[in-house]
Amino acid sequence: MSAAVEGHIVIIGAGQAGTQTAEALRSGGYTGAITMLGDEPHGPYHRPPLSKAWLAGEMGEAQLVMRAPEMLAKKGITLRTGVTVEAIDRAAQKVKLAGGEALAYTGLVLATGSTPRSLPLPGIGAPNVLPLRSKDDASAIAARLTTCAERSLPVLVIGGGFIGLEVAATARKKGLAVTVLEAAPRLLGRVLAPLLSDWYAALHREHGVNLVLDARIASIETDAAGEAIAVLMTDGSRHPCGLVVLGVGVAANDQLAAAAGLACDRGIVVDDCTRTADPLIVAAGDCTARQLADGSLLRLESVQNATEQGKSAAAALLGQPRPFTATPWFWSDQYDRKLQMAGLSGGADAWAVRGDMGGDMAAGAAFSIYHFRAGKLIAVDSVNSAKDHLQARKLLDAGVSPTPEQAADGGFDLGTLIPKG
Amino acid sequence: MPNITFIEANGQSTTLDVPEGWSLMQAATANGVEGILGECGGSCACATCHCYVDDLMAKVLAAPAQGELDMLENVADERRPNSRLACQIKASAAMDGATVRLPATQE
Repeated sequence: MSAAVEGHIVIIGAGQAGTQTAEALRSGGYTGAITMLGDEPHGPYHRPPLSKAWLAGEMGEAQLVMRAPEMLAKKGITLRTGVTVEAIDRAAQKVKLAGGEALAYTGLVLATGSTPRSLPLPGIGAPNVLPLRSKDDASAIAARLTTCAERSLPVLVIGGGFIGLEVAATARKKGLAVTVLEAAPRLLGRVLAPLLSDWYAALHREHGVNLVLDARIASIETDAAGEAIAVLMTDGSRHPCGLVVLGVGVAANDQLAAAAGLACDRGIVVDDCTRTADPLIVAAGDCTARQLADGSLLRLESVQNATEQGKSAAAALLGQPRPFTATPWFWSDQYDRKLQMAGLSGGADAWAVRGDMGGDMAAGAAFSIYHFRAGKLIAVDSVNSAKDHLQARKLLDAGVSPTPEQAADGGFDLGTLIPKG
Repeated sequence: MPNITFIEANGQSTTLDVPEGWSLMQAATANGVEGILGECGGSCACATCHCYVDDLMAKVLAAPAQGELDMLENVADERRPNSRLACQIKASAAMDGATVRLPATQE
């Protein structure tokens, strides 16, 4: 499309990707109107602390604010919260809101995020069975954690992924009894190498988490008031609880896009520059599935993806395509361990460990696992080793690969492999 | 609340009353100080809240932890002896009147 220097760009979604897009439009020289529509009652806020510092009570609610609404106003970004978008009329270039209002657009950004998945279990609808995605979800969980502490009730976490494990670590920090039920034979099975899954299992067990792998849940038992009081397993065992946290993944919010006839495949299909097939519509963040050169689709749920795609979305609408092809990265804080992941480790056939995995979980344990496929470095997972992580991103961005022997040799400076300049 | 001044590379100055316990990154990004990005939300994971602290601030601050030092090795602009990450600086009364200067680029 031609550079839309004037007009009205509508952004559906007021999270990380939506906010980034709005600000990047302004810094990219766009002087027209921008309206950002959020379905939550809150302005843009930081999500990563919700399962960590904020849930632990280490930061106040105001500290979650990503941009004060008046700061957005100063940039000429109109923020409307509590707004439900019902449909996109591409032919008329309009967005239809609940209540009948229609907003005309000259450019449209879909930054609709994702929704936590549920499970088809009896009792799943109990008020103390909660996902953790939004600030309101986190507030509800925080309140329930307090109740659990007061009544000495255990916390049950369904799902041994990042959200579940971060909540488990936070609840343990608060002294609560915690059980994690994971259906797979290992934690974080889709993202971590087996030896790192085992390491995380040991870490959580060492911190007192009751970890159940290969968990088969039959139902959630509720009391007369409808509250969940236990999780029942198919083997007849029973885990009492005062709170169940559901951490079984998210699904992209692509319904609006699909209904408007845009290609969707477990996310809104976009190219490297966040473009859909409609030249007026881009999509950014968790709601997207990026089509790679080989035709496969890449779904990323991360802050980096939201910010980088947000920048690309703004650039695409301004007619200055900015591909986002940097190495994906992600992090997770559990107890005093920071896991930082660079690259995508799927399909790895060899691993090398650098540093000390500390068999006794010693506080000093700092190490990285280098993933190789057909002899080429494809990903690095670092625990308390920010230096390895940052170096890994440079190595992967440059497409240079150490040998597994070099990666495992702490005396070999991997930095020497990074091309200068 | 300590009064802290942020000076951007272009000279733009913003003085904020920062609640004690807030990180300087949080106060700056929420209040429109553009020279700080804070993309990771304050987890010492992105190095986009690089700042240069003045002597007053430096006197009050504890030495950076290893994680912060590692991130500082990879900031986008020049790293100086007084370089810090704003997300790792929690405001305290002793910082009242301090100034932090911001680099020209964070990415």
